[in-house]
Amino acid sequence: MSQQTSALQRFKNFKPGSTLVMLIVVLVWLMPTIGLLVTAFRTQSDSVHTGWWTGVLDPFHQHWTLSAFEGVFSSTWNLGPAFFATVAIAVPATILPITFAAFAAYGFTFLEFKGREVWFSMIIGLMVVPLQAAIVAILQMFVALDKWLMTIPGNEYGDFHLSGEYPAGWIVHSAFAMPLAVYILRNYMMTLPHALIEAARIDGASHFQIFWRLIIPMSVPALASFAIFQFLWVWNDYFIAFMFVGNHTVMTYQILSMLGQHGEGWQIVMAGCLISVLVPLTVFFSLQRYFVRGLTAGSVK
Amino acid sequence: MQDILIAILAIIVGPLATFGFYILLNWLVNLFPEKVGRSLRPYVFIGPVLLLVGGMLVYPTVQTVTFAFMNADSTAWVGFNNFTRLFKDPNFLSTLFNNFLWVAVVPITTVVFGIAIATLTDRLGAIRERVFKSIIFMPMAISFVAASSIWRLNYQWDSGDTQIGMLNAIVKAFGGTPVAWMQAETFSLNSLLIMVVVIWGNAGFAMTLLSAAIKAVPEETVEAGAIDGANAWQSFFRIVLPQIRVTAVSVFITVLISTMKIFDVIWGMTGGNFHTNVLGVDFFLEYFVYNDTGKASAVVVLLMIAIIPIMIYQIRTYRKQEELR
Repeated sequence: MSQQTSALQRFKNFKPGSTLVMLIVVLVWLMPTIGLLVTAFRTQSDSVHTGWWTGVLDPFHQHWTLSAFEGVFSSTWNLGPAFFATVAIAVPATILPITFAAFAAYGFTFLEFKGREVWFSMIIGLMVVPLQAAIVAILQMFVALDKWLMTIPGNEYGDFHLSGEYPAGWIVHSAFAMPLAVYILRNYMMTLPHALIEAARIDGASHFQIFWRLIIPMSVPALASFAIFQFLWVWNDYFIAFMFVGNHTVMTYQILSMLGQHGEGWQIVMAGCLISVLVPLTVFFSLQRYFVRGLTAGSVK
Repeated sequence: MQDILIAILAIIVGPLATFGFYILLNWLVNLFPEKVGRSLRPYVFIGPVLLLVGGMLVYPTVQTVTFAFMNADSTAWVGFNNFTRLFKDPNFLSTLFNNFLWVAVVPITTVVFGIAIATLTDRLGAIRERVFKSIIFMPMAISFVAASSIWRLNYQWDSGDTQIGMLNAIVKAFGGTPVAWMQAETFSLNSLLIMVVVIWGNAGFAMTLLSAAIKAVPEETVEAGAIDGANAWQSFFRIVLPQIRVTAVSVFITVLISTMKIFDVIWGMTGGNFHTNVLGVDFFLEYFVYNDTGKASAVVVLLMIAIIPIMIYQIRTYRKQEELR
């Protein structure tokens, strides 16, 4: 036996090599992030004249400073308001689509009705529609809606409008997240024991009660993993925020503006990036287990 | 301050309003006689979503297709004029070529890389595995805007003697001449370097899914192969790989779709200049910079034509899965 499994054993015990290769890969992978971290704490003159790695190789002869952070939060870059604008888009744009998708997933999983397969196939097909395809027409729809709103007495100047405001971003983000959210949640609900739902039905529970009391608590892992995914996606988004929430400046937009002026030193851009990645990285590392479980449960856009 | 209040308000009001909306719908359906109510009830659950995707995805997409056959401000029909204008423009042909290059390089590289890392880490101890995987996965939490910033610093070229970009510092250390990488159009070198950023960002996603698939491969199948005298490579290619094929294909498709419509990275790295343009960026330029709705929509229609086969494939795969359930 030992003779025969030796190939397998060799395959399995070949560990120093694997470790070494992975160490190199991981080092390369970390390099850009280390560069980000180091540069954010350098002075302008250091970052213009020397590579960031000098900060790592010779840490005691550097002029470490927090001035870049003062810079990004100053009135020039206003990253503070941009941070809260990002929160104001990301949090509702995470909660709303999940609520809608959970209801729909329940309908697709536990209710029998005509056309169920057709509707669901449509949802699957819509998962791959690029957002560019819908953007032009949605922008025009919102403009038309705002014009109509101006006919309401008291709103002649269009003070109450949708274009460029947070709810526009919430709606668009929700719509684009919907197919994938429904798909993932339905796949998860398919794995829940149908017998339990049947029993609750016989006991006289309505679909609403079953949904709220049974299915939602049992679906927490799937809900959580999609929430994390959607939050990261919205937080990191530039495209939709730029096009639909133009009246508020989000962090990704500010970072691109900073990037346009990197000639004055990279420390400002990197301090901005560092602030913007803090939240997603915290979410990611504290909830990594949920996130990974969710990823492996269903495919992702 | 106002933003914080709005966010807090939305967190509380949003879900409550949404749930209230569903309760209202349910209550309305209960007003109907039992027989009618039963056929309406499913639409209490799925109706709002159907309305949302219908109004915000299906209808606008159809609308975009019609815009593609109209002029710049959508006031008159112009037939295929937008498309002929696109295909007569040598810059657009280079844009198309870049898109093909992206699609040819990024998805397959990401999957191969993901399999390699998943296989390597699978053989290590639990702690090493977890640490390595977390590090590879981390860029997924970083926006492509931040990623472009970080990588532009790495690819930076300075006219003077010192190079603060890492790549050029390495080139110089080996006695080479520093290069302005983002302007290096020969053999699309600049595009390839931008692809590195995307692979850096996506490899963790591929690794995670493939790693789960590899762990699900039954131990006995590998052992049986070993008994039959398979070496490490044979056991990987003949036994493990066929069993993770389905996952590999689904990762490939997911990355493929996101690659076809790629925007943020290229916008951040070059703005589509120096022949690095792709359809996603070209759409943005046509619409927001040149204000040509017709041409922008035509670009999107071409993108959708490329995506339709994938859409059909996805629906067919789903149907097959359902038959197996």
